[in-house]
Order: sequence, then C-alpha cells, then structure tokens
Amino acid sequence: MAEFLTLESAVATHVRDGDVVALEGFTHLIPFAAGHEIIRQRRRDLTLVRLTPDLIFDQLIGAGCARKLIFSWGGNPGVGSLHRFRDAVERGWPHELELDEHTHAGLANRFVAGASGLPFAVLRAYAGTDTIEHSATVANVICPFTGEVLGAVAALRPDVAVIHAQQADRAGNVRLWGITGVQKESVLAATRSIVTVEEIVDHFDDDRNALVLPSWTVTAVAHVPGGCYPSYAAGYSERDNDYYEAWDALSRDRRVFEEWLEDNVFQAKSA
Amino acid sequence: MGDFTNDEVMTVVAARELQGARSCFVGIGLPSVAANLARSLHVPGLVLVYESGTVGAKPTSLPLSIGDGELARTADVVVSVPEIFNYWLQPGRIDVGMLGAAQVDRFANLNTTVIGSYDRPNVRLPGAGGAPEIASACPRSIIVMRQSKKTFVGELDFLTTFGFGAGAEARARLAMPGAGPRALISDLGVFRPDPRTFEMTLTALHPGATVAGVRDATGWDLAVSDDLIETPEPSDEELALLRALHARSNTKTTD
Repeated sequence: MAEFLTLESAVATHVRDGDVVALEGFTHLIPFAAGHEIIRQRRRDLTLVRLTPDLIFDQLIGAGCARKLIFSWGGNPGVGSLHRFRDAVERGWPHELELDEHTHAGLANRFVAGASGLPFAVLRAYAGTDTIEHSATVANVICPFTGEVLGAVAALRPDVAVIHAQQADRAGNVRLWGITGVQKESVLAATRSIVTVEEIVDHFDDDRNALVLPSWTVTAVAHVPGGCYPSYAAGYSERDNDYYEAWDALSRDRRVFEEWLEDNVFQAKSA
Repeated sequence: MGDFTNDEVMTVVAARELQGARSCFVGIGLPSVAANLARSLHVPGLVLVYESGTVGAKPTSLPLSIGDGELARTADVVVSVPEIFNYWLQPGRIDVGMLGAAQVDRFANLNTTVIGSYDRPNVRLPGAGGAPEIASACPRSIIVMRQSKKTFVGELDFLTTFGFGAGAEARARLAMPGAGPRALISDLGVFRPDPRTFEMTLTALHPGATVAGVRDATGWDLAVSDDLIETPEPSDEELALLRALHARSNTKTTD
C-alpha cells in the first residue's frame, strides 16, 4: 500500500544519487514541486527520463542533477529552446550530458515494455532515420509471422517514477484525468513511485473514465496542492503560459538562471 | 497584390491543402494555425488530433502547447500517449500529418535534431517528437516552413524524419505505410514531389515571389514544374478568419 509522506521525506527516501528517474506528465500534470525537491536535496548523477523534458528538466539539468537524459522532444512548447538543456549539450555546462533520444512513439513504447514485463516493444518506427544510429536502445526486429522488418525499443524500467495527479483517497489510491500521457506506464514500469496530488479526498466522487492507480501500485503519496505549477491540473488550475514565455529570457543566461534557482528553489520551503 | 504577409499566404495555402481530409495529426506552431484555420473555413468537421492524445479537439483559440487544457476540454476523446501512437497513428487512421522543421532537403526529409555535429552541435534542436511516425504512417503529409538557404538545404545535418529518402522507391524499400509528403509549403511557394524522381519541385509561386527569388532561397539545384502556377491570393474571408484566430489567442508567435 502507498505510504503518505511529505514530499521532502518521499524524495529523501526514494530518490537516490545515480538513479534512473522518470518524471512524467505530458504538458499536463508535470511534477514541478517534486523536481524542485530533487534539486534542493542536491541529487547527482541522475538519469532523467521524460518524453518532453520541458522546463522542469531544464531546471534539473541547469542545477547539475543529471548525468544522462532519455527523451523524445526537448523544447519549450510553443516558445522555442530549452536553454539550460542546450547549454549542457552544446557547451557542457554545468557538465556533460549523455543523451539517449527517441521518437515519442519509441519512448512511450519503452515504458509500455517496462510496464508489461517484456524486454522490448515493437513498433513501426525509426526506419531510414539517423536517430536509430545514435541510440543503443533501438534496433530492428523481424516479425516471425510475416517476415516484416519492424522497429524494436528496449524496455525502460526506471528506479523511480514521479508523477502528479489530481486526487488520492485516504487509502492511497490515485486518480487522474484529462491528458494522462505515459503516467500509468511509467509508474507500472518503475521499481518505486512517488505521486504528488492536488487533493486528498474521502471518496472518488464519480465514475468518469478517469485513470486510477490502485494504492498497492504506488510507493508514496504526498499532498502537494499546486505541485504541477506552471503546468496545470485539469479541474484545479490553468497552465501559466506567461511563465513558459518568461522562462525563455530568464534561462538564457547562466548567472540569471542561478539567481532564479537560489531564490525560487533553494530558498523555497519544502512542501 | 493585396495587404497580407508572406506568413499569412503560407498559412492560408496550408489550410487549403487540407480540403478533402477527414482528420489531421497536428504539430504545434504553423501547422496548428493552418489546421485550425482549415477547420473554421474549408473543412468544418476536420478531426484535429494532437500527440498529447486529444482526438477531435475543437479549440477556439490557438493552443501554445500540444497539451493545453482547451484541447482536452473540447476533444471527442482523450487517450494516453502510447494509445495515440499505437492505436490511432500507426495503423494509418489519421488522413494527413502536418509538420514543420528546421531543415528540409530536396526529397522532403526533415531535420529537427541538430545543426552541426550530433555530439557537439552548434544548435541543439528539440528532436524527433512525433514527426517520424506521423510522416511514415499518415497516408499523406504536408510540411509547412519558412524558406531560406539555411532551411532548404543541400544536405541535412541530421535526418530526423524520413520523407522520400534518396528518391524513388526509397519509401517502398522501407515498407512505409503512408505515401509521404504531398506538399511542402513555404512563405515563397509550393513544392510537390515529381511523380518519377520524387524530388520536391516548385509548382506554385506565392503572390510577389519570383522563380529567381525562390532559387536564391534554395540550397539545391531547384527543379521548376512546367505547369508552374501563381498561388491565388488569400481571400478576404481567409485573412479575416486567420487574423481573428490569432487575435483570440494569447500566443505571440506563429511558430
């Protein structure tokens, strides 16, 4: 059964230096507060996994937490570049960043294989591209039934998956709705999981087709209202597009970024 | 020539290209603007599919990201990311894919990964996202991007998304299910694959553009169609709807 912890305690207990850490949430429900807690606790040598690194990985990379990045689209959606990510790849600041990059379909299916207990997943992908030459976790496979050549991607089994959800009940069952990305797959693929939630409720109050992760599939639940800001939680908050646009200027300069990090992450209180 | 910008012509022409489509897999930026314009003008029932898993989104303003709340609120159904790619895109259920890129070559292959070398790039771009599967699985695809010698290049720095590879038969050899790019639409003109060589060939010039000007903005020896036409100017209705769409949106850019 999931254990209710503070976010500080959940990260202290379940995220360790050198871990493979997936923080998922496709534009919606991005676990920013948990990412900031990882920065505050100064985790190092992490392999960070997200389909869309987004601002949260720009912050983690700039703060020096990441040794390697597994991803499929590393931009600031609708705005432009992730400048801390670019600085790491283009100039090795604050240190070198190893990449394993995929297509969305490929990385999503790596989580599916991990969640399914299979060594790899099959899809029609990567044919003819240079991406296949640069990843050790993509290969071709021949269909035993038709002889077709298909793409194969290695299963991904993170040490820990971190997601944000709208609700947990008092037993630690987790419920989320709206755009659900690869949250279910990342939690089921991972050895441990941390879920931050907007609200803890007595009962889930309707039978909408929401995604439920039963308490026994989750390691820790932390009550962190607003824990996905500046992304959003459908039914609770709106995406702060102005923040995403402001990040472009703020993140271009190393010194300005470091000041931001000090004021907004290190000096901020743990949830 | 009327009072409109090259970007507006590009977007209007891309929206026209969606006539007859039932569904469109939409990338963010210019493709999203064009697809939303098409839905409000030429193809009222057009099913917009975004890689965030929103199927049948009906936004009234332009989303900043592919996961904006309005896309989910207005969608017919919202599915997970593995599902959108495995069940919906991969089998060819979505008619048209609309894509942008940083670089394109003469066979409509796209680069969205790096400028320069892979290991130490001059510019690290976002990467593949959903584009490679959109371009391989959709029965047809449309590419929308601004044109210059920096974007229309002789050789890609990185092949992220396969168009026609090295030309004729290349898609067939890789057993790609979709037919490939049907049009490359820039702010200067429209390029379509030659039926024999599959090289992207200038088939339409936008108002005010010249063949010499397009040649100057192309990094390969440009082929020009014998049946070159001039793009009909955007109508008042097209421009009004496009501008209203931008006015309703809090996005400051179109790309």
